[in-house]
Amino acid sequence: MLGFVVKNSGVLSIIQDAGRFGAFNLGLTNGGPADALAFNWANKLCGNELNSSAIEISVGGLQLTAQVDCVIAITGAPMPLTLNGKAKELWQSFTVKAGDNIQLGFASVGVRCYLAVAGGFTVPHIFGSSATVCRESIGGINGGKLVVNDLLVCQQMSTVSCKNIKLWQLPEYDIPTYSNEVVLKTVLGYQHQHFSVAEKQLFFSSEYKIGKLWDRMGYRLQGRPITADIDGILSEGISYGAIQIPADGQPIVLLNDRQTIGGYPKMGTVFSADCAKLSQYRQGDSVRFKPISIENANNLYHLNAARFNRIKLIRCN
Amino acid sequence: MAIDDQPKRPVYNSPLTPEFNCEMNTSTQINEHIRLDIAGENVLILYFTELDFTEHDLTLGANEDKKEPSSNNILQSGISETVNSQVQQTVVLLRQHLANEIIDLIPSYASVLVMFDLLKTDHHQLRLKLQQLLKSCTIAPEQQGRLIELPAYYSLESGMDLPRIAKQAKLSVEQVIHLHQAQEYRVYAIGFAPGFAYLGEVDERIAMSRLATPRLTVPKGAIAIADRQTAVYPAQSPGGWNIIGLCPTDMFNAKAEPIMPVAVGDRVKFVAITKQQFLSLGGKLAD
Repeated sequence: MLGFVVKNSGVLSIIQDAGRFGAFNLGLTNGGPADALAFNWANKLCGNELNSSAIEISVGGLQLTAQVDCVIAITGAPMPLTLNGKAKELWQSFTVKAGDNIQLGFASVGVRCYLAVAGGFTVPHIFGSSATVCRESIGGINGGKLVVNDLLVCQQMSTVSCKNIKLWQLPEYDIPTYSNEVVLKTVLGYQHQHFSVAEKQLFFSSEYKIGKLWDRMGYRLQGRPITADIDGILSEGISYGAIQIPADGQPIVLLNDRQTIGGYPKMGTVFSADCAKLSQYRQGDSVRFKPISIENANNLYHLNAARFNRIKLIRCN
Repeated sequence: MAIDDQPKRPVYNSPLTPEFNCEMNTSTQINEHIRLDIAGENVLILYFTELDFTEHDLTLGANEDKKEPSSNNILQSGISETVNSQVQQTVVLLRQHLANEIIDLIPSYASVLVMFDLLKTDHHQLRLKLQQLLKSCTIAPEQQGRLIELPAYYSLESGMDLPRIAKQAKLSVEQVIHLHQAQEYRVYAIGFAPGFAYLGEVDERIAMSRLATPRLTVPKGAIAIADRQTAVYPAQSPGGWNIIGLCPTDMFNAKAEPIMPVAVGDRVKFVAITKQQFLSLGGKLAD
């Protein structure tokens, strides 16, 4: 079995597919790519099913050596990318030959990149998914992040397919931009009635900073404290993007690796595409919330899906 | 259309746009004891409350227009076996009838989180379906869950918080241990972490609030108490529950069949074992 060998695992590099659904009843969270949009593009540029296993690289520093000829694409935060020391662009697919070295530097803005390979990485599924959730020691190659000398198995291109290979790039104006300020569209729900109108106005008009605890489980924010008229609730299910307000009044936006149930009051839920954006921000970046009706959130969801399917990739070979 | 009497705010953070109102009601009352609320763009949550006929009749007579039994009821009534049993029955019903549009469900003490596929349905349609399905839903008498016995090595060595609980309860450590294993618990929910089963309710006398600062490491198998709940930590993790012993049984093993020794609705009883038994059952003590 051949594929890629990890030469340097970087800060945090993990295998992800679209996520693990159907095991909430055992307490398993869904995992999956923190930035689903960038992940989907990486797979699409490689001609893959969108649920194919790829590598999520946080912050940067991943270094791989190819053992096979294949096609890869890297999307997401602008990490400097080199192939055998020569600079390469993100957001496009390119061929890699056995023996090639792929190296990612560190992102100065944005946090996560996705590296997909044509055909996807061959990673065993556990509870229906290859998604790595480090906290649960589940998924990926051995339940955790990639380490030096891990072998990431993938398909080898045959000589015939090598000649017919199509390489693609995303049009420049469709490439997401990453910055230090984000507005999170929020659907009110859960215990929002336990926050007074004044508290809600405070919440939606305040600027929060991302604190020192920001990871795939959730982002803790710092700013004007928000108070509910209850301290806690009977523990209940937590959705992707749920905004918990613990006793200290500092909001926590819960993401892919969140606990499945919890007992803090919640204001509502951040729109999924904005959760993906948030995961590209880091400590010190500023966050605002903007209310949105569930109807408008649904409209946006469908518009985003339609746009993703409509965008024509540019042939680059 | 702007709402004139609101203070002027910068456009980007105006909370009161025509489509949005902070006082908006996001809930739908399905029947006297089931309420549906929004939990995200593709997530609804069902809340169950215990139906108290006397109180209900009185309330209805007293204020006709007050449609919504406040969700405070859930908090006041606390943990209820009847409600939890209805949660379980609802999960079966939903999996049976809405398998196509549901991505996954998270049942808990008194709620079911319903995550659905926006490409197959929408919240209007799903709300109607849930209403139809649950409107006339009655609580069937529950089949009694299996009784599962979990071995427990209670000692000062394995249960570092026993002396604190004993002190607060003005009991001896032996009495605390006795009270914990005298009770039969119900598995109310599974979640938080893989295999973490919330068991309730412990004897009031040994109820103990969570540690102010959670420990960075709680060992695998730790039997612990938080308020009137008790649980066995399925894996080493951070945690703020009060540790009273160790259980050598695997609470979650992805490679085993069944994956978990307990299911929601089961009854659990802890049976005290000696250190020798604990070790021979595969239990491990920290160095």
